[in-house]
Amino acid sequence: MSRRMRMLVLGPALLGLGALFAWAIAGLPAFGDYRGPYGFVLNRVVVPLRHTTNVVMGTTFDVRGLDTMGEEFILYAAIVGVTLLLRDETRSRQAERRTSRLDEDAVRLVGVAMIGGGLLVGLWLMAFGYITPGGGFQGGVLAAGAVLLLYLVGSHRDYRPFRNEHFLDPLEAVGAGGYIIVGLAALASGTAFLTNLFGLGTTGTLVSSGSIALLNWASALAVSCAMLLLFAEFLETYVVPLEPEDAAS
Amino acid sequence: MTWIPPLLVAIPLLSAAVTAGLDHVTPRPIQDALVIAASTATTALAFVLLWHAESHEVVEWFGGWRPHHGVALGIDFAVGPLAAGMCAVIGLVVTLALLYSLTFLREAARLFDALMLLALGAMCGFAMSGDLFNLFIWLELMGVAAFALTGFQVERLGPVQGAVNFAITNSLGGYLFAIGIALIYARTGALNLAQIGNALSHGPAGGLVIVAMTLIFCGFLIKGAVVPFHLWAADAYAVAPTPVCAVLGGVMTDIGLIGVARLYWSVFAVPFGHGHGVGDVLLWLGIATAVLAGTMAFLQRHLKRMLAYSVVCHIGIMLAGIGLLDSSGLAGAELIFLAHALLTAGLFFIAGILHVDHALIDELHLRGRGRGSWALAAAWFAGTIGLVGTPYVGIYLGHGLIDEGARPWVLALLWLGSALAGAALLRAGARIFLGWGDVEDELLGRAIEEDPVERDVLRPLLVGVALVSVVLGVAISIVPGLGQRAEYAAERFRDTSGYAATVLHGRAVTPPARLPVSIRHTSLESILSATGTTIVALGLALVGLYRSRLPRGVSRAARRTLASPIRVLHALHSGVVGDYVTWVAVGTAVTGGIWALLLHG
Amino acid sequence: MSYLPYVVAAWICLVGIAGIATSRNLIHLAVCLTVTQSSSYVLLLSVGYVKHGKAPIFIGTKVGSTAADPVVQALTLTDVVVSVAVIALILALALDAHRLSGSVDPDGIADVSG
Repeated sequence: MSRRMRMLVLGPALLGLGALFAWAIAGLPAFGDYRGPYGFVLNRVVVPLRHTTNVVMGTTFDVRGLDTMGEEFILYAAIVGVTLLLRDETRSRQAERRTSRLDEDAVRLVGVAMIGGGLLVGLWLMAFGYITPGGGFQGGVLAAGAVLLLYLVGSHRDYRPFRNEHFLDPLEAVGAGGYIIVGLAALASGTAFLTNLFGLGTTGTLVSSGSIALLNWASALAVSCAMLLLFAEFLETYVVPLEPEDAAS
Repeated sequence: MTWIPPLLVAIPLLSAAVTAGLDHVTPRPIQDALVIAASTATTALAFVLLWHAESHEVVEWFGGWRPHHGVALGIDFAVGPLAAGMCAVIGLVVTLALLYSLTFLREAARLFDALMLLALGAMCGFAMSGDLFNLFIWLELMGVAAFALTGFQVERLGPVQGAVNFAITNSLGGYLFAIGIALIYARTGALNLAQIGNALSHGPAGGLVIVAMTLIFCGFLIKGAVVPFHLWAADAYAVAPTPVCAVLGGVMTDIGLIGVARLYWSVFAVPFGHGHGVGDVLLWLGIATAVLAGTMAFLQRHLKRMLAYSVVCHIGIMLAGIGLLDSSGLAGAELIFLAHALLTAGLFFIAGILHVDHALIDELHLRGRGRGSWALAAAWFAGTIGLVGTPYVGIYLGHGLIDEGARPWVLALLWLGSALAGAALLRAGARIFLGWGDVEDELLGRAIEEDPVERDVLRPLLVGVALVSVVLGVAISIVPGLGQRAEYAAERFRDTSGYAATVLHGRAVTPPARLPVSIRHTSLESILSATGTTIVALGLALVGLYRSRLPRGVSRAARRTLASPIRVLHALHSGVVGDYVTWVAVGTAVTGGIWALLLHG
Repeated sequence: MSYLPYVVAAWICLVGIAGIATSRNLIHLAVCLTVTQSSSYVLLLSVGYVKHGKAPIFIGTKVGSTAADPVVQALTLTDVVVSVAVIALILALALDAHRLSGSVDPDGIADVSG
């Protein structure tokens, strides 16, 4: 179809879809008028049953833990897939260089502060994920993003340890596989898969919520390694010719 | 036995993590063995589950979150014989594909194996899950693994294009599904299928439920390559490596249909089950798919594209069987799935072997080259006859069961589609293995560039796997007792209130009366129509082979009537993803509009 | 006002689909796909909002006070990760397409068809 034909066909189709959406919206309860049982029950039940004050994380890692396990593996599949799809790029890779270096000291200072801040906040989100707002995913992404800032602020050499796939691949496998092993441990002990087996501790402290804490850390590990691996894969394709001053360093 | 369903997912996923994670550490033979062992173990457990599920509905509540007073808090896997059977066949096909690929793909083998195992786990999870969002998760996981596997041969542009088209259309389908989930959740406050079904029994089903159903079903139909959402399939299958094609075409595309069936009989049958509106649209989509895909198959010369359209044709037949909304239709779809999964995989394997032997995958280029490969020829023709549905071969039993429920003209169209697809494969087989037919045929368009060839393959292994697939697929119609068990599985699957009672209140299923172990009887009409389909297929194949020898008047008349439609068909399958997405939008809007008219009020 | 978030979600979805269907650049297309998916986040989160409800984090607040629905937040979190996975794959494919053909125009990489 030519582009013009495509627009002519697409227009009415989108109008039709819009009409369907409008009809559906008419049947929705008003904004703020959530009625269903699921959320209300969980809000009452998760804190006393699992000793975790962050009910969202309790839902993610315990009540709906299987979804999260699948999601970890979706991320894992994406990493494996990207590695597979970009493998030719790395074969033709020459030496990697950066063309420009950050000259302004003030900017570099701000950048370094952001890296430190980002890492700290990321770790805090991970560690306290099941108590205050946060969680393994959020913390993992933030920490990985802070590390990537290192590539922008520093030189490619500073960043090189975080691109080491031989180190990151097994770590990510441990994070993703660890999730399943926690689940299998529950199965082996006679209860259902992913049952929260470990001691529940005291609500509101770091020692609480049983296996939710473990799964939280497993997914934090998996997500941060996954993001670092993604960055590594894409950075490897960034081939730029050698600059004279880089040759010396 | 509730410990088996989680293992069907946990074993492949964990093995995938271990395989990819230990890539640089363990030696290759150990890794190969681990991968095959994981896949075989999953298949074996699935068969054990199937045997047990016949008399129980196996329900596992994850995390120990059991339902209270009909409110489900956790996620469940609810496995009856139909779901367990699907897991078993999925495991079998993936294991065969992994065996095939042992020597077939040397480079990046570990990454390939990891993605195949992830796809296996996701497909089993999808077949068993009883939770709406959990279905979305498994759908996305199998999608991500499949997209990457399709683009495996990164040295050429075709695989990239196929993977892009596949990824974008199927992801869009997933997102439409997600919007549908949000709408259903707003209405019912639940994500468990049985609980949603219960919630929808109170009060009228307004536009919200109809639109949600449209979005959810269209998401599945995109995955299942049903017209007009099917355009990505041929592009993807043409370029994926052979073992991936076997898995995609044999089982993964069919998984979309089990989603439709599951959602209908646990959720949407409650508000809409008294009429036939939902089923009729599905039936029509199935008929359109079967006929269109059969025609497109006949117009192909690239073996894998031809097989892709054959897959889509059978998907259409299966969807029509589901759309009949009765037990015999669903059982017929099940049996067709069983035979079609194995036969299609087998035919893909044979195409792969031909490619390895001759570095060619084009029907016209391969003309006569297959002479002397008696085993391959026999397997190809057996597989094709099985897909056409000659009495008591391959899909015949499914054909017979669908015949019981449907009106004659519906059946005529379905079997016409099947005959067209079968004719294409017969024509290709005759040309390649017997050297028959014209040397050139402009009807088939221009050739597509060939893929690079795999070296160092263990050819006896490839041939062995292909033969096993074809033999198993052909034998489906004569396995004693399979027909009756498929019907029983279908009845269990369709029992909406029974499903809800078992899942939410733990009510046990009454074990069936002893099912006979004999070959199920099919009517004389079925035998006649199947024979007729075979004869039509053979006739069309001969026409295809010797088109130049048709009387001039006939060919001129045919050219006048058929040239434009064929040109339009080819133009529609343009390979451009923007067009495909446009058709997705059109298809969703039209399907929603029709259901709005049929079901409103 | 009480239906505005839903209308916004529907609008985002339609605009996203229009973007995908008419895109001339695979990277732009990947972002359009993400935009389409974000309509499901908006819809999910709007559905779970409870008027005068706080966040479902009960540190310092009593269990049982009005709080928003935690389930949709968990679902959205999962959804976001799914979109990361898909966009990563499509970007990798875009890189491959550029390497092989010099262009990232989806209309231009139609190698196989029919």
